[in-house]
Amino acid sequence: MTNIWFVLTRLARDRSALIGLVLIGGLILTALLAPVLSTHPDDVFELHPSERLKPPGPAHWLGTDRMGADVYSRLLFGARITILIGVIAVGAALVIGVPIGLVAGYHHGWFSDLLMRVSDVFLAVPQVVLAIAIAQTLGPSLPNVILALSVTYWPWFARVVYAETRSLQKEVFIESTGALGASPWRLTVLHVLPNIASPIIVRASIGMGFTILTAAALGFLGLGPPPPTPEWGRTIAESREFLPDAWWYAAAPGLAIFLTVMGFNLLGDGLRDVLDPRLRRGTARDG
Amino acid sequence: MSDALLELVDLVRYFPIRNAFGRRVAWLRALDGVSLSVMPGETLGLVGESGCGKSTLGKTVMGIYAPMAGEIRFAGREIGHLPKRERRAVAKDLQYVYQDPGASLDPRWKVVHSLHEPLKIHTTLSRADREREVSAILAAVGLPDAHLDLYPHELSGGQQRRVGLARILTLHPRMVILDEPTSGLDVSVQASVLKLFRSLQAAFALTYVFISHDLAVVRAMCARIAVMYLGKIVELGDTPAVFEKPRHPYTQSLLAAVPRIGGRRVTLDFALEGEPPNPRDVPSGCRFRTRCPLVQDVCAVEEPPLREVGGQRVACHFA
Amino acid sequence: MTCSIRDFAAARRAMAELLSVRDLRVDFVTDRGVAQVLDGINLDVAAGEVVGLVGESGCGKTTLARAILGILPAGAARVRGGAVRFKGKDLLSQDAATLNDEVRGRAITFIPQDPFTSFSPVFSVQTQIMDLMKWKSPRAAAGRRGSSLFQRYPRERYRADHASVLETLRAVQLPEPARALRRLPHEFSGGQRQRLMIAMALLPRPDLIIADEPTTALDVTIQAQILRLLRALVKERGVSVLFTTHDLGTAHEICDRVVVMYAGQEMEDAPRDVFFERPAHPYTRRLLASVPSADGPLRDIPGEVPSLIAAPSGCRFHPRCDYATAECGAGRPAPWVVADTHVVRCHHPVDAPIEADA
Repeated sequence: MTNIWFVLTRLARDRSALIGLVLIGGLILTALLAPVLSTHPDDVFELHPSERLKPPGPAHWLGTDRMGADVYSRLLFGARITILIGVIAVGAALVIGVPIGLVAGYHHGWFSDLLMRVSDVFLAVPQVVLAIAIAQTLGPSLPNVILALSVTYWPWFARVVYAETRSLQKEVFIESTGALGASPWRLTVLHVLPNIASPIIVRASIGMGFTILTAAALGFLGLGPPPPTPEWGRTIAESREFLPDAWWYAAAPGLAIFLTVMGFNLLGDGLRDVLDPRLRRGTARDG
Repeated sequence: MSDALLELVDLVRYFPIRNAFGRRVAWLRALDGVSLSVMPGETLGLVGESGCGKSTLGKTVMGIYAPMAGEIRFAGREIGHLPKRERRAVAKDLQYVYQDPGASLDPRWKVVHSLHEPLKIHTTLSRADREREVSAILAAVGLPDAHLDLYPHELSGGQQRRVGLARILTLHPRMVILDEPTSGLDVSVQASVLKLFRSLQAAFALTYVFISHDLAVVRAMCARIAVMYLGKIVELGDTPAVFEKPRHPYTQSLLAAVPRIGGRRVTLDFALEGEPPNPRDVPSGCRFRTRCPLVQDVCAVEEPPLREVGGQRVACHFA
Repeated sequence: MTCSIRDFAAARRAMAELLSVRDLRVDFVTDRGVAQVLDGINLDVAAGEVVGLVGESGCGKTTLARAILGILPAGAARVRGGAVRFKGKDLLSQDAATLNDEVRGRAITFIPQDPFTSFSPVFSVQTQIMDLMKWKSPRAAAGRRGSSLFQRYPRERYRADHASVLETLRAVQLPEPARALRRLPHEFSGGQRQRLMIAMALLPRPDLIIADEPTTALDVTIQAQILRLLRALVKERGVSVLFTTHDLGTAHEICDRVVVMYAGQEMEDAPRDVFFERPAHPYTRRLLASVPSADGPLRDIPGEVPSLIAAPSGCRFHPRCDYATAECGAGRPAPWVVADTHVVRCHHPVDAPIEADA
């Protein structure tokens, strides 16, 4: 199995991947240490109307919002929401999409065609629109956002897994292990899955970026978790009426979303470069 | 012939050729009625040029392709049409070695796990028993225990090959099909690989089906030889006899084409013209008639059966 | 390199030398270190002769062929020293434009190993061959620098070249040449594609053809046809051939002289009959003995081919050689002239027929 240290050190050599790694690392740390790092941890729930819409200053590093809450602190707690949504949504999409892809890749015939056509249908609909439709129907809440996102994202995993499984079937070691008497179940779980782990990881990383962006869009449209949850997209929506004067109100969450999505994309690209060519280059040489 | 270990009766396997719409427009007749038997302990050579069907034969016997007609009898039991689960159990006794056995190893698995796997699939041995078996096999192929902890890409090509062979031998199969085992190898490496096969055959009482296009290698390794052309066997017999006195015109041309490292240049006398026909468009009657120096009218009409001619079996009207 | 150079040169005086490689050293830079792929190679090809370059994988025969043509991979390969003299001029010191124009594809042509990927799949054979003729036909004016997309192909020259092409295709026994020209490469079999490659190698009327394992990928009966054809054609036209192969039987079929290489060093250079009946170098003898024979035991060579990054010192075969002594590792043996055209690089050459090795 892949050595984590090896992957990390290799990633560090690629400058853009390193930036991605730093950004995501920063995001995770921020989320974990939000109570410690924030200056006004209670501002997530408390209101201070007297201090509303103050520009950035020594007391409030990124200013205050329309309720007088510290933008900086709410941003940090918002990171937790962001990560939560991203991880669960992508995780759910993975759990749905990977088995579907495996089954479709393994079988030849009408059933696998059916599965792939279903996934194509999902892919054909613009994902933001689909997510909006679902969230709208079910009502704005955190679980519904996650549901909407997983339902729109699983086809990407199914596709990658399907393509990789199909191409792996032509590999000699798969055919020979089958000739050795391995059952399809054994082949799939013990041989195919580990060998397609890399594309899945890459897709998951890129998926996080996309999912977070879409979640922010849903939050912006009011379809995300309701106030006072400090979700970044909703914060931007709240800030609209106060622009361009209270610029910090929108800039902070906007920048946070931008850096997060870019971080995941850079990380995903870097992972793709590190994980796949290494495997291909790791073949033995003859005399 | 009931004591033959492997018996093929009129084995047929075609591959569909589809057009752009997925409609089948023709058949590629890879195996068109092949019959032969392999006795326990012997090494049968299967030779022919590209497109003759020898590789397809190996894979069909192994169950990688399903036969479309005909029978495959292994140790007296018909295995060509078994349900999948039972067919998988046959792998314990009948195994297949690819041209590059090292490629048959999962690159993400350590050698030790790849070697334990066949035993886990087919037996209920305890871990300690498995470890003993694996150690014994490693010794038999000449590899140190230290290699167990490595990944395939950390071994040299030759070592990978030995691990691939070891993996198959853990099951102590009765018969092993070797598919082009020395193709692309340097002459000196080839010699060591052939020596390994010989020692393994002695140590494990194996029966080999040796598929190769290299006649010199087949001559050195096989007691009996079958020559294939376009999906059928054209000559079958003891190796020294076939090499000394080939009776089928194709065998004669094939042997005449092999370069030697001494004596007269063989190409000076080489007479066979043209190319083998496309396996989609097999000629009627005798398949070799488009290039055969002895061709007559009857060759286009009637396909010659394999018949006994002086100790060998030959499919020619004029042998 | 010391001693024997004068004797060596004397041995070669009788031959009308077309190609003369002297002390060629080529390194490949890999991420594991620097591999000394060619370690001071000497090689001669006379006019009108077919020289076989045999050796196992990693011996450097393909690298040598490419070094002569000047088509080594630009980033990784480095020519460290030596000379490649062709018709009197050192190819290594010529500028790329001259090499491209006058030598490559004209005076020296190339037949590659893989007939299946040698052609572009999207253009007809006619387009590809006539494109070659536009620049490299004997009727094309020499000394034209560079290649312009807008270069005109004068109609009379086109017709004359087209006729030459048809004639050459007939000479390589390609069935129905006129129709064949209009087809796409994938419609030909491997053997037919090699015939096309031979034709394309002959059309510019070269002095030397470098053939890199041209029959390795072919079936044995097709190989026999191609070998016979190639030998007949080059003898008829007086073209020299440098033919690399790892199959000794093929070398025996087509070559006048055989040079054997091991791990980047050339070991022996002998006329064909001498090479196969009375080779002097222990490696040659071992190699010939490992060819499987009907009744004999299988004789392999103990040990493995060394890595070229940490190659053995001196003679690179000495760790596996039966006759090795201390001096073998100390320094590489200089060329020793055994007979008029038989040269061996060994401190302990063997003087006995090959059957004497029991």
